[in-house]
Amino acid sequence: MDKIQLLSELSQIVPSGALLHQQEDLRPYECDGLSAYRELPLVVVLPNTIDQVRAILQLCYRLEVPVVARGAGTGLSGGALPHKNGVLLSLVKFKQILAINPQRCTAVVQPGVRNLAISEAVKPYGLYYAPDPSSQIACTIGGNVAENSGGVHCLKYGLTVHNIQQLKVITIDGELLTIGGNGLDSAGFDLLAIMTGSEGMLGVIVEVTVKLLPIPDRAQVILAAFDDIVKAGEAVGNIISAGIIPAGLEMMDKLAIQAAEDFVHAGYPTDAEAILLCEVDGSNAEVSEHILKVRGILTQSGATQVRTAKDEAERMSFWKGRKAAFPAVGRIAPDYYCMDGTIPRKQLPHVLKTISNLSTEYNLPVANVFHAGDGNLHPLILYDANKRGELERTEEFGGKILQLCVDVGGTITGEHGVGVEKINQMCVQFNTEELTQFHAIKSAFDDKGLLNPGKAVPTLHRCAEFGAMHVHKGKLPFPELERF
Amino acid sequence: MTPQDISLDLQVRVNHAIENKTPLSIRGGNSKLFYGREAVGDAIDISQNCGIISYEPTELVITARAGTALSLIEQTLADNNQMLPFEPPYYAETATLGGTIACNLSGPRRAYTGAARDFVLGCKILNGRGEIISFGGEVMKNVAGYDVSRLMTGDLGTLGILLEISLKVLPRPEAEITLTLERDTEKALAKLNRLAQVDFPLSASCYDGDRLFLRLSGTEGAVKSSKKAIGGEVVKSNQLIWHKIKEQQHGFFFTKKPLWRLSVAADTPPINIDGKWLYEWNGALRWLVSNASAEIIRTAAEKAGGHAIRYRHHDQNCADVFHPLPTNLLGIHQKLKQAFDPHGIFNRGRMYAEF
Ligand SMILES: Cc1cc2nc3c(=O)[nH]c(=O)nc-3n(C[C@H](O)[C@H](O)[C@H](O)COP(=O)(O)OP(=O)(O)OC[C@H]3O[C@@H](n4cnc5c(N)ncnc54)[C@H](O)[C@@H]3O)c2cc1C
Repeated sequence: MDKIQLLSELSQIVPSGALLHQQEDLRPYECDGLSAYRELPLVVVLPNTIDQVRAILQLCYRLEVPVVARGAGTGLSGGALPHKNGVLLSLVKFKQILAINPQRCTAVVQPGVRNLAISEAVKPYGLYYAPDPSSQIACTIGGNVAENSGGVHCLKYGLTVHNIQQLKVITIDGELLTIGGNGLDSAGFDLLAIMTGSEGMLGVIVEVTVKLLPIPDRAQVILAAFDDIVKAGEAVGNIISAGIIPAGLEMMDKLAIQAAEDFVHAGYPTDAEAILLCEVDGSNAEVSEHILKVRGILTQSGATQVRTAKDEAERMSFWKGRKAAFPAVGRIAPDYYCMDGTIPRKQLPHVLKTISNLSTEYNLPVANVFHAGDGNLHPLILYDANKRGELERTEEFGGKILQLCVDVGGTITGEHGVGVEKINQMCVQFNTEELTQFHAIKSAFDDKGLLNPGKAVPTLHRCAEFGAMHVHKGKLPFPELERF
Repeated sequence: MTPQDISLDLQVRVNHAIENKTPLSIRGGNSKLFYGREAVGDAIDISQNCGIISYEPTELVITARAGTALSLIEQTLADNNQMLPFEPPYYAETATLGGTIACNLSGPRRAYTGAARDFVLGCKILNGRGEIISFGGEVMKNVAGYDVSRLMTGDLGTLGILLEISLKVLPRPEAEITLTLERDTEKALAKLNRLAQVDFPLSASCYDGDRLFLRLSGTEGAVKSSKKAIGGEVVKSNQLIWHKIKEQQHGFFFTKKPLWRLSVAADTPPINIDGKWLYEWNGALRWLVSNASAEIIRTAAEKAGGHAIRYRHHDQNCADVFHPLPTNLLGIHQKLKQAFDPHGIFNRGRMYAEF
């Protein structure tokens, strides 16, 4: 690939300020939220019109140059990690909210609009956008769609895939696809679903129509403390069994509680082994009924303390602690590694116990913060990258946690995506035929394999290499491929 | 029907079909044969691949073989005070889970809790290479790999045979009532659009040209307070009304004329086409009984940001049932078909003539 030619052709598409290629200008793009992986791209392009994106993709298709799309770069799986011989396509200049349609409860936004900015813009209409990743002040809606992001309110309101109605996507050969529609469904296959969570592998999202919901009349959060994390896990199941789907149901363990409390003074009981935050929302009457029920269940489940936030300020404070949990943990260790497995809820006690044993074995502390209601775990492994071998040990430990999630019937990633990070674990979760099916889907959109190469779906050879070290369910995976 | 796993037998048949290049037409309970275009090929009956594999009420997940009777699933859930949140229509007693998912059909609750596709967590399929493969799983959140389970939902069997399906289920609401109000069309639609912007526990809506029906579901207190705020009279036969609408047994549907289904932006004003209209989903779903030309109807649907399906055409050889796709999307459909079913074995022509 000829860098000079690429630059000269790109400079005919975008103004010079939107084209970065000096080392020092490329540096800010070398990684996403998973900073353990770094790479400089050949060039960074920052288009601001759909026509420019189209022309860039057509050019890259013609010259066979890899393209990595990037939103805010808050991803936690290295999805936006640049390709060293490729173009990093930043969508941050697409910042416009194009339309708000309160009548049909939708908003049309460009991909670089921040998640929280949508809810802020539609608030005057009494509406909001439900999926609320903890990174919502920074992350973009384009990134949310690409990762099918979730948040604390997804238990009741669903993930990104449940809350979008239409996408405009440009494929690598420059076709502009309109997927979905203004109604609740559209003709043909559910391409909206296949695009959502596709990690920038199938096309570049240039417009998103999101669904909006009425802001609930009332929302209230209950904090329950437990002297045993297993009891907290059981309480989660008890709430669901009682027929209540809380708006959010989050758990934090002792290390996470203490870190969050030190950081933002949320008012958490720091002597507790675990806390649950249970939010109920809806009409005034419904919230009152649910609070009463939930309090009873929590007490019966052995909570040592049950507190309903006394006012909106305290409610915000309880949530602030939870939403700041990652950075809070970041303060107590030089580095942390965030895992994202999902498991059937009933496996919580077993999995937490096993993680704690592994933590002792690897001599690396773990803080647990997670979406307990839907079984999505975020064990944060604390380590120091400057200590020799510690990152490698951490990755091995992390790999074991993911393997454990798969073994108990769960998945290696609930919301952060595979990216480069969990690419090996994909070989644990899927067999040859399944991975081949994924590659076939990829080729249907991107025949030359230029969009985000090397991410999300491993090649069979990679799995064979990885499989040489791991025996899955007693069987050597990929027996048909030669070993390295 | 005795629960059994006949997936290996089905695999043999599919491999045979691949070898002999004979297309297959997938059959479950035959309850939705009227829907879509006629598929080319020998019938392959999957209804014996049935039985509930696992159901854990506390996990809010059920997994069953695709041939399982929808009625068995709904009864099992009801016994545990749970439900399929998308309220699927049956159209005949024999309806199976597989057919329901392959058609992605959802009932009155759809606009408020979601469609079939929103509750599909995972599936096991038999693809057109004769491979049995699984995607997704039994957990609520899963972003490993492309979302094949949702892609299969609504594929009308053109991508493969569904063998097993895992669904998220929800608790049944504690209380439910239906209110009715007299309104003309414009006022009824305006009311529906307004209600959607307020946090009411709505779970169904219908306007039959005369009266607006609104179902409220939630806690006793929530239903009671919303009833006061919305007004209107309480309907006695709450369940019957929605059953009739869902199953198309409401008088509106008794006709020999073509029945069209328009899925449009909810705030679309009344569409001016000669015929009878029935509205659901806050105005986002509109049934039309009319002799108007397909072109007129499709143009109107497109103008309203949506699409139109010739839902019941009383004529299996109807050429165009589903809304024509723009060329670039049709291209993607053909490539995806190729990716799953390279020999073109499954339900050829059932969705579009092109694949
Ligand atoms: C402190 C912290 C908390 C977090 N909490 C949560 C949480 O609660 N829930 C959750 O789900 N995630 C969470 N995340 C992860 C992250 O914020 C989400 O994955 C988010 O959606 C990424 O958005 P982004 O704009 O930063 O995308 P990026 O990181 O820039 O990109 C992510 C992926 O999307 C692709 N992409 C981006 N834009 C486009 C586009 N326009 N078209 C096509 N592909 C595109 C990229 O190629 C990449 O593969 C958290 C991250 C941090 C740092």
